[in-house]
Amino acid sequence: MIHQPIHALADAYRRGELMPTAVAEAYLGRIDAVDGRVRAYLTVVRDQALAAARESERRWRAGTPLGPLDGAPIALKDVLCTRGVRTTAGSKILDTFVPPYDATVVERLRTAGAVILGKTNLDEFAMGSSTEHSGFHPTRNPWDLTRVPGGSSGGSAAAVAAGMAAGGFGTDTGGSIRQPAAFCGVVGMKPTYGRVSRYGVVALASSLDQVGPFAQDVTDAAYLLGAIAGHDRRDATSIDAPVPDYTAELPKGVAGLTLGLPDEYFIDGMDPDVERAVRAAIDVLKGLGARIESVSLPSTRHALAAYYVILPAEASSNLARYDGVKFGLRVPARDLVEMESRTRAAGFGAEVKRRIMLGTYALSAGYYEAYYGKAQSVRTLVRREFAAAFAKVDLIVAPTTPNVAFKLGEKEDQLSMYLNDVFTIPGNLSGITGVSVPCGFSVSGLPIGLQVLGRPLDEARALRAAYAYEQATSWHTRHPDLP
Amino acid sequence: MIDRNDVEHVARLTRLALTEAELERMRVELNSILAHLDTLRAVDTEGVEPTAHAVDVVNVMREDEVEPCLPQAAMLANAPDRSGELFRVPRIIEE
Repeated sequence: MIHQPIHALADAYRRGELMPTAVAEAYLGRIDAVDGRVRAYLTVVRDQALAAARESERRWRAGTPLGPLDGAPIALKDVLCTRGVRTTAGSKILDTFVPPYDATVVERLRTAGAVILGKTNLDEFAMGSSTEHSGFHPTRNPWDLTRVPGGSSGGSAAAVAAGMAAGGFGTDTGGSIRQPAAFCGVVGMKPTYGRVSRYGVVALASSLDQVGPFAQDVTDAAYLLGAIAGHDRRDATSIDAPVPDYTAELPKGVAGLTLGLPDEYFIDGMDPDVERAVRAAIDVLKGLGARIESVSLPSTRHALAAYYVILPAEASSNLARYDGVKFGLRVPARDLVEMESRTRAAGFGAEVKRRIMLGTYALSAGYYEAYYGKAQSVRTLVRREFAAAFAKVDLIVAPTTPNVAFKLGEKEDQLSMYLNDVFTIPGNLSGITGVSVPCGFSVSGLPIGLQVLGRPLDEARALRAAYAYEQATSWHTRHPDLP
Repeated sequence: MIDRNDVEHVARLTRLALTEAELERMRVELNSILAHLDTLRAVDTEGVEPTAHAVDVVNVMREDEVEPCLPQAAMLANAPDRSGELFRVPRIIEE
């Protein structure tokens, strides 16, 4: 039952061939067997998972399941607040924080009958692209334990790839779902900004953050997205638009669709294996009847710099709340300022400190216009170019990342780490949707991702193209050799 | 280029008690990152409106009605220090 997609589990539950309790036990057993090596989880909630599975089993036996996710074992990135279960954001400063409420996403998943197995690792406060920079321990790539799973949602991606969860959730601020999905050979989707509620999600950069699913295949991604999408009055930025049945349009194929191919997404220095696999994937889509048209996104080369102004600026403001007063770590001191300064120095890791410093500097008097104002104008250019491209084409296809998973410790220099997200960041700056789907392997056996970007709220069409590609290939049926 | 005084000033603004070694490393690293961010200066953004948000959001209003909220005990449960119904902090005002 490990490595079976959620929709296959639901079919088996319906036929009475499998039951949620046995499946939950199998997944917990798999975590016991494998996670000592991968280290995807920060917290496993064994008893709660089994209790939820028993409830689910009762519903399936009574013929009253709550839907396709009822009894599905899932993993949650540890930025999603879970009532009564420690939520750390991968930081020592929140080591003992136990939220008194569920994030809207978590509430909706419970309502859908999902069985939450635990909370997964991430780069501290989602700042990173490798899950090496967690305040607790690094996570490893199930395809090669000497390599990173990507990040920041590397724990959820690795858990799904290694068969330690049937599906998972992460957050994507600059690529933190799509990049680890590509590195781990699973499907990962960033919904349109505002499509999914951010209520109860530990904030990194509030104008960029978005919650989305990791899945074993595109059908599961459609179900997982459907369960969490939709308006939430507790998040003022959530979009009040109807949620379509994301599975309904999957079989429609790509014949008649025009797919844009941006020249700017094939750059010097990218891994030739990645370019080869992505170009071959585009040929597959062409063979399925899609028209391919060249599009131009010239501001792509400035997007990274704009992002590394906007993100630290917003993060420095969001992380001001960790002051040792209301929750989290406190280092005692004689006066308030000293207490706050020592608490933050002890609780935050090096990258978090760096970005807080950078963001505070960029927002400080005298530099605001030169950095923050300028970056916001560049953000407008990125948005305009996507809008112009989407006036000509239905979707944009591109590599998810320029390279495959790198070795732990390989990217010590921040700028080279930041370059990992060069193809995913523009999607966050512009707020559009994007999905990464497995499209092959490097010569060294590491997964490669094809990215399909869509117009705002056009998740259904992006998933439809990803599904057409997936059904024509077999990459999603391969699993890492991890006994 | 930012110097050591700038780094100390920003660290104070953002309430980070950095060690000598951290301050020096921060100076070097921030200068390296800022050098990259300075490439933005070359982009022509004359007359381009800034984007603060990917979605055009306006103020979202709701009726001003009293609704149930989380109990006080639940909100105090994570506090590092408290006194009755209050969060307790070190002295702010000198005697």
